[in-house]
Amino acid sequence: MHALETKQLTLSYGEAPIIENLDLTVPKGKITVLIGGNGSGKSTLLRSMARLLKPDAGSVVLEGKPIASMSTKEVARRLAILPQGPTAPEGLTVLQLVKQGRYPYQSWLKQWSEEDERAVKRALKATGMEPLAERPVDSLSGGQRQRAWIAMTLAQGTRTILLDEPTTYLDLTHQIEVLDLLFELNELEQRTIVMVLHDINLACRYAHHIVAVKDRTVVACGKPEEIVTEELIRRVFDLECRIVPDPLFGTPMCVPVGKGRDVSARKHAHATA
Amino acid sequence: MSKYIPFRAKSLGVSVLLDKRTIIVAVVLVVISLAVAIANAAIGSMRIHPLSAVRIFLGMGDPTEATIVLNFRLPRMLVAFLVGMLLAGAGAVLQGMIRNPLASPDIMGITGGASAAAVLFITLLPTASVRYLPFAAMAGAVVATAVIYLLAWKKGVSAMRLVLIGVGIEASMKALTTLLIVRSPFYSSSKALTWLTGTVYGANWGNVWALLPWAAVLLPLTAIAGRTLNVLQLGDDTAAGAGSRVNRDRLLLLALCVAMAGAAVAVGGAIGFVALLAPHIARMLTGPSFGGLLPVSALAGGIIVALADLVARTAFAPLDLPVGIFTSMIGAPFFMYLLYRNRKA
Amino acid sequence: MSPLLRNGALKLIGLCAAALLLVAFVCSSIVYGVISTNWQTAVDAYLHFNGSNEHIAIRELRVPRALVAVCVGVSLGLSGTLLQALTRNPLADLGLMGINSGAGLAVVAAIAFFSVGSLNQFTWIAFAGAVASGIVVYVLGSVGREGLSPLKVTLAGAAVTALASSLIHALLLVDKRNMDEVLFWLAGSVQGRKLSLLADVLPYMAVAWVGALILSGPINTLMLGEDVAKGLGQRTVVVKAAAGVVIMTLCAASVAIAGPIAFIGLVSPHICRYLVGRDIRWMAVYSAFVGAILLLAADIAARFAAMPGEMPIGVMTALIGTPFFIYAARKEWAKS
Repeated sequence: MHALETKQLTLSYGEAPIIENLDLTVPKGKITVLIGGNGSGKSTLLRSMARLLKPDAGSVVLEGKPIASMSTKEVARRLAILPQGPTAPEGLTVLQLVKQGRYPYQSWLKQWSEEDERAVKRALKATGMEPLAERPVDSLSGGQRQRAWIAMTLAQGTRTILLDEPTTYLDLTHQIEVLDLLFELNELEQRTIVMVLHDINLACRYAHHIVAVKDRTVVACGKPEEIVTEELIRRVFDLECRIVPDPLFGTPMCVPVGKGRDVSARKHAHATA
Repeated sequence: MSKYIPFRAKSLGVSVLLDKRTIIVAVVLVVISLAVAIANAAIGSMRIHPLSAVRIFLGMGDPTEATIVLNFRLPRMLVAFLVGMLLAGAGAVLQGMIRNPLASPDIMGITGGASAAAVLFITLLPTASVRYLPFAAMAGAVVATAVIYLLAWKKGVSAMRLVLIGVGIEASMKALTTLLIVRSPFYSSSKALTWLTGTVYGANWGNVWALLPWAAVLLPLTAIAGRTLNVLQLGDDTAAGAGSRVNRDRLLLLALCVAMAGAAVAVGGAIGFVALLAPHIARMLTGPSFGGLLPVSALAGGIIVALADLVARTAFAPLDLPVGIFTSMIGAPFFMYLLYRNRKA
Repeated sequence: MSPLLRNGALKLIGLCAAALLLVAFVCSSIVYGVISTNWQTAVDAYLHFNGSNEHIAIRELRVPRALVAVCVGVSLGLSGTLLQALTRNPLADLGLMGINSGAGLAVVAAIAFFSVGSLNQFTWIAFAGAVASGIVVYVLGSVGREGLSPLKVTLAGAAVTALASSLIHALLLVDKRNMDEVLFWLAGSVQGRKLSLLADVLPYMAVAWVGALILSGPINTLMLGEDVAKGLGQRTVVVKAAAGVVIMTLCAASVAIAGPIAFIGLVSPHICRYLVGRDIRWMAVYSAFVGAILLLAADIAARFAAMPGEMPIGVMTALIGTPFFIYAARKEWAKS
């Protein structure tokens, strides 16, 4: 049983479809990254997988059951989503934020069971946010803030977590901080993670499975080292590039062709010849 | 987590996390309420000693003084308190739902609709019993809110849209109300204007019993709504992801707000700024989590109106001014101060 | 989306049509009413005055009323265009933003505390009130991280309106003498204003009209964005301040003579945008005409809607304006 799949999914905003007849499977326990150009529909796709958007046609299947047939709480217990650029109310502390993740397990009377307490503690520990629990979320750095939000989705205790561009507003240090955390969580707990990332190189480094979206459908999916080629980049991003192995991890690294100061050995060789 | 006290009663299936600070604040506010109650009983055209007032509350004390307190001052104070609690509750729920600290039933046409309906009632049926006024006001609030909700609907309702449409409806409600006041004979228009400013003048036990059931049902509901409001604060997408049925929840919260605003306006008229102010004060005292914010707002609202009414009926003796004037005069500058403070944050 | 009148020639023709329409409305306003008259009577009232009821009505009531409506309508139309351009908020309106209420409150307070009499003084007082509430709304609407936003400005305006209204009510309750008159004035009215009163405010209005037309060019540039305009060499602070003064003057003069009238400033720019596009220079000229025509139409309708009594014009504009506001708001959402 796959963690998540879409079957012949069609989505549109207004008139024109953004995604048409899209079939996709998300492997369980792995990190899947959706890549694509601006407006390719990858965020829309992710949101519909989280049931935030109703498809025009086709279906989303979560752990074998069509997501449309499940209640909101049922979905929330199996799948958590972190939308792009989330904002917390002013003055809300990290602890108060993470507690919200237990919403699908609570009711009017049962607002703080022992399981809730344990889950929140675990989430804070896993994200390293325990020392910052009483700090207001808006006083934290970009990376810390994202970690607090990730802690909230962890507290939700779901097997699958969806993240829409979790690193877009962060500087490089914090991007790595957040992606490293997600990688660790996946290794330790085998949670299925699906993310939209705009940085192709980081996507190749962290993803077990890449899905490239273009022209309203999936043009390629699979392991980064198998599918990320110059041809794919040309097709998906309309960009000429060279693919070289990342010097630290060996995963595909995309170097765009274009203008720039050329200080490479080749030029020197020409100059001295 | 030493700031919190978990409370679990397995037999009842209840588990709650209590914030220490909120409990302390709530207790302090209850004490202040009692002090205000005693002050209200004591101060007036006939001075009564505070200790005598306490004795009267306990069922003893001088018969003449008791008559004044029990027949006039106490019901008036209770009405003021209940109206304040309901308005504050409506304001807190609305602010949470709209995710905007400036939102208020006063501004969004809800109280406008109630006022218009009430003025319609007063001017069309000047001889009809005042007992029916609450129903007219609530009907007006419900109609106005339904219209606002429908007009703001476009595949679901967003906070911003509700507010914008609400402001428009408020303007037209005011125009309608002004039209009614202006086209009616003088004695009616004076009554309508007084009522529009918000007053608890002449409140009696009948008003108390009319209001009490609403308060008894709606205020506990707001306490329960805290959870839902908290998760809505995180954004529609996050809330949906956490399992909240966003559109349904928002509708229910709106209904709660309308009911509370309608009940309050029906008895006290459009007392302004309480719905805006009390939640802000509560937030300063307990932070943004709605579990604590809602009960504390209600207490703060009650105290504000009761205190404002005390000033309204005694400060300019023998004139008994409408309480709405004083809530505005306290409310507006304080509100601007709050916003100025927020600006630096 | 291209406007209805696509090129310069069409726009000029449109302008002539608007002028003719305006004249037609003015004539209708003079001729129709509780006492029915006809065009011949109207002309006679000036050429062959004979002291009859009709002639008196026309000279003392109808003509001043029509002229007041035109002047106030022009002012409101222009102020609406400038305001919406300046705040980049298609839902901006002097009434909704509390600026009218501030002006109204100032006047009521002046009557209550200082027994102010002359309209000249009213105008200055209304100006002060408009500026004060304008500043408050601007500050309140800029609070927070994202700066000035339509939502916050609308909320701030509504809060200021609520505050001003309750203070006005309070003042009226404390001093019941003038209550009925003041209430009627507060609802907005072009009725019963002598021509001499109009003459008092006209200088302020005329200067503001000219100012508005002159500023419309610089405001076009400002609409590209503050930073872009600065980069092009414009002194944005000066332009914004001047526009602010013009808007407040238009508001103050209108409120002084006719009370607070809302929604004309909201509706005119939208109609003009539909007719001539986004060039503020054309929009300003057209909105002068559109504003006057709208207000005249509202006045005529108000006259007939509650015969033989009078419906205050502010109520009429609110009742027509609200559906328009909601329509405009929904259109905004459709865009995003």
